[in-house]
Amino acid sequence: MDSRRSDPSRGAAAMPLAVKILVAGGFGVGKTTLVGAVSEIKPLRTEEQLTDRSVGIDDTSGVERKTTTTVAMDFGRITIRDGLVLYLFGTPGQDRFWFMWDELALGALGAVVLADTRRLADSFPSIDYFERRRLPFIVGVNCFDGAIQYDTEEIRAALDLDPRVPIILCDVRRRESGKQVLIALVEHVLSVMAERQRQAGAVIR
Amino acid sequence: MSEWLDDEAGPVVRPYALTRGRTRASREGFDLIAIIATAATSTFAPPNAGPEHVAILDLCVRPLSVAEISAKLKLPLGVVRVLLGDLLDLGLIVVRRPETENRLPNERVLKEVLNGLQAL
Repeated sequence: MDSRRSDPSRGAAAMPLAVKILVAGGFGVGKTTLVGAVSEIKPLRTEEQLTDRSVGIDDTSGVERKTTTTVAMDFGRITIRDGLVLYLFGTPGQDRFWFMWDELALGALGAVVLADTRRLADSFPSIDYFERRRLPFIVGVNCFDGAIQYDTEEIRAALDLDPRVPIILCDVRRRESGKQVLIALVEHVLSVMAERQRQAGAVIR
Repeated sequence: MSEWLDDEAGPVVRPYALTRGRTRASREGFDLIAIIATAATSTFAPPNAGPEHVAILDLCVRPLSVAEISAKLKLPLGVVRVLLGDLLDLGLIVVRRPETENRLPNERVLKEVLNGLQAL
């Protein structure tokens, strides 16, 4: 047996607290690239399997088919300090996996919605989701090579985005750029919290 | 062996065979980022433990999140949660839950995350 297992110094006290940030956006927009650029580990993949007992409407044989769908999530990790670990989760691409989003969003610090100016509409479902959940988020516009550049206010108008939600131009392949996106998100979360506390205080008074 | 399995049969061992058909963990929800560590007292696995139970105990000698256990053992999250439930019932693991009760994150933690990211 492994002697490390009986180490008495290890216990709940030595276990880190984990926090998470979500990275959302349309298919192929660079979610896993961003996670990989800033993560201290190669992005890992976790899967959940769903079994649908579906009866095919057009299926005249009347045979009930069980189909298994796999939802995959890529994630990375950044050790903030001893005892505090940040996980970055890429959200599953397909909108029909909202139940996984609910689990991911629970307790999340905030979210980065990645957008590609050539396919801005792909980021609408993510933006709608986080607005409805009141989870603070920022929009990171991934500037691919050759992508037509717009200024952030044009993008804001196209996304019909609240003026307080920051829009950051980034290149998610670059670690420094990915880091700046995460910093901008956490700063935004702090300002949203301060704003909500002010509003709560105003109601009491 | 594969010649008498058709496409409908799926993998030779279905994931939930490992959990004896159970799809729900006993009492703990096991959040994706709950941290799991092998309990200091678990010097050996119980005799009826499966190889996957033992694999988790070996892996979590260093504390790991539920998501990492699932990724490293290549087992679906639901399966990992059932296996963790067994281990927790037997007192072989300890769990540190993330802070999910409050609607807003802890400000002190956020500032630590900000400082940590700036120092990267």
